[in-house]
Amino acid sequence: MLNRYPLWKNLLILFIVVLGLLYSAPNLYPDDEAILINNENLEISEADVAVVETALEAAQIDFFGVVSDENSMQFRFEDVEDQFRAKTVIEQALTDDYIVALNLAPTTPGWMQAIGADKMNLGLDLQGGVHFLMEVDMEAALERRMEDNLSNVRSILREQRIRTRGINLVDNTHLEVRFSSTQERSAARSELIDNFPEIQFQNREANDLFLLDMRLTPDVILQIQRDTLQANRTTLLNRVDALGVSEPTVQQQGADRIVVELPGVQDPAQAIRILQRIATLEFHLEAELGASRTSFEAYQTPDGLSVNVDNDVILQGDRISSVRSTLDQNGLPQVQINLDAQGGNQINRVTRENVGRNMDILLIETKSRTIASLDEQGNEVEEVEFYEEKRLISHATIRTALPRTFVITGLTAREANDLSLLISSGSLAAPMTIVEQSVIGPSMGRENLEAGFRGVQIASALVVLFMLLYYRLFGLAANAALIMNILLIFSVMSLIGATLTLPGIVGIVLTVGMAVDANVLIFTRIREELANGIPPQQAIDAGYNRAFTTIFDANLTTFLVAVVLFTIGTGPVKGFAVTLMIGIVTSMFTAIVGTRAIVNLIYGGRSVKMLSIGRYATPLPSSS
Amino acid sequence: MLSRTEIDFMGVRRIAAGISALLAVVSVISLLVNSLNFGLDFTSGTSVRLNYSQTVDLDQVNLTLQQNGYEDAVVVTFGSDRDIRVLLPVDSSVAEQDQAEQAAQVGESLAAMLQQETQSQVTLLGSDYVSAKVGEELAEQGGLGMLVALGIIMVYIAVRFQFKFSVGAVVALAHDLIITLGIFSVFQMEFNLNTLAAMLAIIGYSLNDTIVVSDRIRENFRRLRKGSPIEMVNASLNQTLSRTLITSLTTLLVLFSILFIGGESTQGFAIALIIGVVIGTYSSIYIASNVIIYMNVTREDLMIPVKEGAELDDLP
Repeated sequence: MLNRYPLWKNLLILFIVVLGLLYSAPNLYPDDEAILINNENLEISEADVAVVETALEAAQIDFFGVVSDENSMQFRFEDVEDQFRAKTVIEQALTDDYIVALNLAPTTPGWMQAIGADKMNLGLDLQGGVHFLMEVDMEAALERRMEDNLSNVRSILREQRIRTRGINLVDNTHLEVRFSSTQERSAARSELIDNFPEIQFQNREANDLFLLDMRLTPDVILQIQRDTLQANRTTLLNRVDALGVSEPTVQQQGADRIVVELPGVQDPAQAIRILQRIATLEFHLEAELGASRTSFEAYQTPDGLSVNVDNDVILQGDRISSVRSTLDQNGLPQVQINLDAQGGNQINRVTRENVGRNMDILLIETKSRTIASLDEQGNEVEEVEFYEEKRLISHATIRTALPRTFVITGLTAREANDLSLLISSGSLAAPMTIVEQSVIGPSMGRENLEAGFRGVQIASALVVLFMLLYYRLFGLAANAALIMNILLIFSVMSLIGATLTLPGIVGIVLTVGMAVDANVLIFTRIREELANGIPPQQAIDAGYNRAFTTIFDANLTTFLVAVVLFTIGTGPVKGFAVTLMIGIVTSMFTAIVGTRAIVNLIYGGRSVKMLSIGRYATPLPSSS
Repeated sequence: MLSRTEIDFMGVRRIAAGISALLAVVSVISLLVNSLNFGLDFTSGTSVRLNYSQTVDLDQVNLTLQQNGYEDAVVVTFGSDRDIRVLLPVDSSVAEQDQAEQAAQVGESLAAMLQQETQSQVTLLGSDYVSAKVGEELAEQGGLGMLVALGIIMVYIAVRFQFKFSVGAVVALAHDLIITLGIFSVFQMEFNLNTLAAMLAIIGYSLNDTIVVSDRIRENFRRLRKGSPIEMVNASLNQTLSRTLITSLTTLLVLFSILFIGGESTQGFAIALIIGVVIGTYSSIYIASNVIIYMNVTREDLMIPVKEGAELDDLP
């Protein structure tokens, strides 16, 4: 029958509507301010929970909703002030090994969480925080790698007693080795080819010399860049964790950039210091007996032995080009350290002159802690303080002059592993520069969010009113579809975990304006059919059918534009594109299928003389 | 209100083309001479946003900045007369890797400095820093995005409709973009990342309009046996006029509510789109169809037995 949907179709629409309601519902539950505590090394115990509870009670801070397991414990608070005060109190109550992070805890009912119904993530522009775009210096990464290769080539050829007339770096991906005969060259080539699988070899003659070109292939270069970016990202992630931010984003962007977003952080200078925090090594000699008391400092070895370490640094950790834990020929764990060329010369010179003395390696970590102090007015103020923690990790006798690559022995397997991890995660694979930074204050974020939503509300109200006045009962159907559309956009965004940003809200608002377009197209078409003298039921059917191609074409092209925006755009442009894409798809459904279902329910299957679709011209006999 | 109109749109097509050509030429000249007033996103430097509890005395702020060694600072109000934005150029004496940290500290020191010179409470709302490199890339990306979008649209319309229609649509889109950019250039309104996004949204919007009209033109060519192309196009424009105006109206309703309520951050976006929607509506009536007529569209162009169209009609 004309204008009746089969039962299954109505049920399907109802099902989607219910899903839309269900998955957009969590956004109605405001989060609780909370604090999340975990320990870097140990499991969380009941005793820890008790310590925090006592501290909070002593400071008269109300809390609720305590949950804990072996990995973490969480406390909820009434408001932000309590949350901030509690953070200081807890940090003072626990040792430095605990990470105390501000956090937002969901209040959605358990069954909603169980079906995966979550809130939309809010972008930084809506909740405040800092945003950094960091660029990794890939040239430096390649240079480091090639310098490494250069020294390896040199030592391999020396070992094999193959004479060269010089080795040098032509550029960051190209190494040139010169020989005086072809024999030497081919001997070297066959020796090197096994050691450098990722390098392309090529013979060349110039100025009576026989040259061997060693080049990184484009694939390898790409791989090095990928690895470098990944390594830097991991390092940043570790450092960001130390900041105690609840939901940080550390994301790759393009070939050489990393985006770091820290919601809630208000002091970018502090964040920058921590992101650039370095765990590094310092090489010192042991102080000689009878040295002046001011020239050394005492440290404890891991075994508890007290050692006086000379203050002069013989080598800085930034000269380390790579580090890994390996086993020596006896199967004992060791950490192998590769230095860059300059570092190699430095350590070689110093150790040659000091054979028989002890060399000490210090690990330096920059850490931060919050301290409370009293200002001039006697108010308690909190400050973040940075301090360096130095630890003696190796104390060994220099037996011979050290080359560029040497090992630290006398460690347990675990110590060796930890040490290499610490050094490599503490130092960045390649230097980074902050190329973009923005700080959004919390009040600004809240204002953006409120203004944005007010915009959506007023815009929707105006459109709803207009549609109702202009299209009457059909306008009502369009309005129901419009509201449904907004709910569906919210639920899709919540479901796929998209982040709502200010440009995203604008995208939604714009969709509101454009979503009614489909209905306007359909309704004007129905009016036209009626004006041509076609009976109401057929007019509805013809209106929907004829408008469909137009709507489809128009929406598909707009969708293509949104896809282009999404692929090339970054940040705000992307946020806008995401909501636009989702909006186009959901609006096609609500505006065509949704309104049709409502119209069918109202008019379908009965005889109708007039449609409530606003004024339309009465049929003219001459119309063609 | 506009159920049946018989406006001779194409009767003034030469005048419309003349006006559009004139506007486009003026826009291009202004873009060449004045360029655009690029915002921080595209240039580089540091921008600090501050809120005053009372109306800001800009002269006083400028004076304070001058006295404290910020001679190059530019102060503008945004949103209300209590919010200001201080723009500082990149300090090239500082190494690039330290610029960000310096920018991070400058916000607080500016706030503290200005606080001493005024009765009202000064709050630091936030700050932005963009290095020169990123800005350049953004402009490149944006330009490339527009070209790619135009290219894809051209191909799609050529496949779905006919080549002459795709030329019409792309000319109309280029027309909209050039004139909107021209208006930004002539009035030296700030062009930032939001405005760029708006430009891309204008492509989407204007395209929507153009496709609806083209669709009707195609339908009429196929359905009606007699009539010249001009009559055909006129009839199509009249039939779609009420829809064109209503959609523009609802979109404008939305945009004006963003403009007045949506807060400072989205104002530039709203203004760009309002200009774009007005020009887009005009161009879908006068420009796209005009080009189609100039290209001598005939009934034969559209008389391909389109099977897929029939199929689509049968969908819900």
